[in-house]
Amino acid sequence: MALFKRHEEPVNLDNPANNPLVLRPAPQISSAVTTHIIMRDVLVALAPATVMALVNFGWHAALVIATSIASCVGFEYLWCRLRKTPQTIGDLSAAVTGLLLAFNVPSTLPLYMVVIGAFVAIIMTKELFGGIGKNFANPAIVGRIFLAVAFPVAMTNFVPSSVLLPEQAAFDLVSSATPLAASAQPHSYLRLLLGIHAGVLGETSAAALLLGMVFLLYRPVITWHIPVAYMGTVAVLSLLAGKDVVAQLLSGGLVLGAIYMATDYSTCPATKRGKLVFGIGCGLITCLIRFFGNLNEGVAYSILFMNLLVPYIDQLTPNIPVGGEAIMAERRRAKRGGKAHE
Amino acid sequence: MERFGGGALARSRSVELKGIHIPHNKATAEQETTVMPLPSKVMLPMQQHVGAPCVPQVKRRQHVEVGQLIGHSDARLTCDIYSPVSGIVKEIRQVHYSNGWSDEAVVIEPDGEQVVHESVRKPEVTDFASLVEALKHSGIVGLGGAGFPAWAKMNTDLSSIDTWLVNGAECEPYLSTDYREMVEHADTVLEGIKACLDFSGVPRSLICIEDNKPRAIELLRQMAADDPRIDVFELPARYPQGASRVILRNVTGRSVPRGGHLTDVGALLYNVTTMSEIGRYLRTGMPLTKRRLTVMGDAIARPQNLEVVVGTPISEILEYCGCAPGPRKVIIGGPMMGTTQVELDVPIVRQNCGLLAFGVNGPVVPRQTACIKCSRCIDHCPIRLSPIEIHKAYINRDTARLDELMADLCVECGTCSYVCPSKQPLVQSTHLARALLRAEQRKAKGRR
Repeated sequence: MALFKRHEEPVNLDNPANNPLVLRPAPQISSAVTTHIIMRDVLVALAPATVMALVNFGWHAALVIATSIASCVGFEYLWCRLRKTPQTIGDLSAAVTGLLLAFNVPSTLPLYMVVIGAFVAIIMTKELFGGIGKNFANPAIVGRIFLAVAFPVAMTNFVPSSVLLPEQAAFDLVSSATPLAASAQPHSYLRLLLGIHAGVLGETSAAALLLGMVFLLYRPVITWHIPVAYMGTVAVLSLLAGKDVVAQLLSGGLVLGAIYMATDYSTCPATKRGKLVFGIGCGLITCLIRFFGNLNEGVAYSILFMNLLVPYIDQLTPNIPVGGEAIMAERRRAKRGGKAHE
Repeated sequence: MERFGGGALARSRSVELKGIHIPHNKATAEQETTVMPLPSKVMLPMQQHVGAPCVPQVKRRQHVEVGQLIGHSDARLTCDIYSPVSGIVKEIRQVHYSNGWSDEAVVIEPDGEQVVHESVRKPEVTDFASLVEALKHSGIVGLGGAGFPAWAKMNTDLSSIDTWLVNGAECEPYLSTDYREMVEHADTVLEGIKACLDFSGVPRSLICIEDNKPRAIELLRQMAADDPRIDVFELPARYPQGASRVILRNVTGRSVPRGGHLTDVGALLYNVTTMSEIGRYLRTGMPLTKRRLTVMGDAIARPQNLEVVVGTPISEILEYCGCAPGPRKVIIGGPMMGTTQVELDVPIVRQNCGLLAFGVNGPVVPRQTACIKCSRCIDHCPIRLSPIEIHKAYINRDTARLDELMADLCVECGTCSYVCPSKQPLVQSTHLARALLRAEQRKAKGRR
């Protein structure tokens, strides 16, 4: 009965010394999935693409990847250390950011630039906004865009894949950033799938990235909504514009962006409907940039732009609770009616 | 009604609200019910139901018999309490629950004779009014855990009701008491359903069972084959199929409007054990005095489905089932919605269905970390609420936002907290948010 006595200080009932029995609100069980496991799954999903990057670009790719991951994790460690907050590097999210950032740069990028990119991603984009779950834009995307703006030459210094195929010369490796600008050739689809062409580390092998997507959908870490809406929109618009649909889908950062960057939890809408809207928006902007813009590649900018719209998408696409259908319809009517009066 | 059909509708995979997979852990499901010997004392709290608490009708040192009225109230919504044993009333004292509430309880020392009181006789039921009147004296409440008086639930205009749902889903992990009821007492289940349909005029009844209980499905389907009004509906074995709003949506495609009841959309929902007790009461006239519990957990040496008399202290049940000394966590109910107990000198009441005890290696919920906005809680909420938004609004005590998010629709199944990778207290916040909303609504009413 000691429990019901008045204590001077609150009693910590989780402490066995105070009481052998735990008092805790339901539910008493919880799924095994934690942030750490989700991020570990993402790293596993990215493993095939990492292997392909190493095959295509050799030891220099390994160096870039190692530098990027180490500096991202290092910056997060220092941030937590200096601010005396609980250490968060254990959740592996910084490692994921590091790997994605490395996937977004060419293998020739000087390593100090990789470190700068990691600083922009982790400190400026993630931690300054409150850490994991609170950033409004994808850290790796902002890191990539920062590097592309700050070091445009180094960021487009692509080297050909070290895996040589006879028709290697078909690609113009200097003037065009990616195979997007090169005219598609019948056998180049296989090259695009395997990533045997010039480009940044992770964007090249669509097959490896798609393999990772299957794993992520199976676990499930992501849902199909964003990747399918994004790539589907690009496919449909390419078809309408009379472009080579397969080449548009498989080249550039589209597969990487649609599966791994646009699906970033904290920077995509919460509901499935919102995710579809987000994916379609990303696809639309990507095509506008690709078809009409000066850039060859629009994936990073389109995702960043849609990141900024997420709060609005969230507001417009809430789930309709079971039993709240009538109230939601009423609210929508009231909103529309209000607009009509203005 | 177009969703209703014959046997064809009993396909389960196409239900609308899918729920999540939680390990069932129903190791005792195929064990026959065992009967626990009478405990050394029986504690009967005066509140074992939704509604007004009863007032003790007996005095200290009075001799009582099985089925004798112990607690009664003249309130509109209440349910009488009957003695499960014959013996002497030792005292009437306060019993304290772990949630901080306390209640008046009649403590009876059984004499072991189990003499049945003269008031116990087969009720005479000729029409619906007499059925309701009979059930008023049956002590039967919603035995799935809600504890809503059974007579009060049907004491309304039933002319618009087209489906009487019987809930045998039993989606809570560990628990298998409803399953045992269906397998061991399918006859009284069907008797109860038939009596309810006969006297109320409700045209059909669907017994909803999760598809991890094929024996119960098969048995009830066979035994109900001669009555075209009764059918069995298979639900996927995913949590929380047994929640009333989820069952209603998945079986009939309807949803209860906010602030409404199942009867507003033409349905009634009774737990399968409640139905069985109704059948048994109409047969024997013995009020509800016993309860089957699933006793499990890693601290329990002999897990079993145990029939105990209502009011048995949980300490005696744990002892009978060989609970290891010093359990770390004792839960009344299931692991998803049950309540932990810090005091073992509390009784099992009518609507309890399980008693779990875990040692140091029992379920541990990991440390809370920052929300990563994965939207798992939103994707998996059976009512399609936004638990994380409700949690944030509750932290800010933003009642306008809570109202907008319709936090009051929550069924508190705990799915959101279960799936959360950062282990946010989502259902816990929603529970408090609902209380906050209710208080706000009361205040608003008072102002008007």
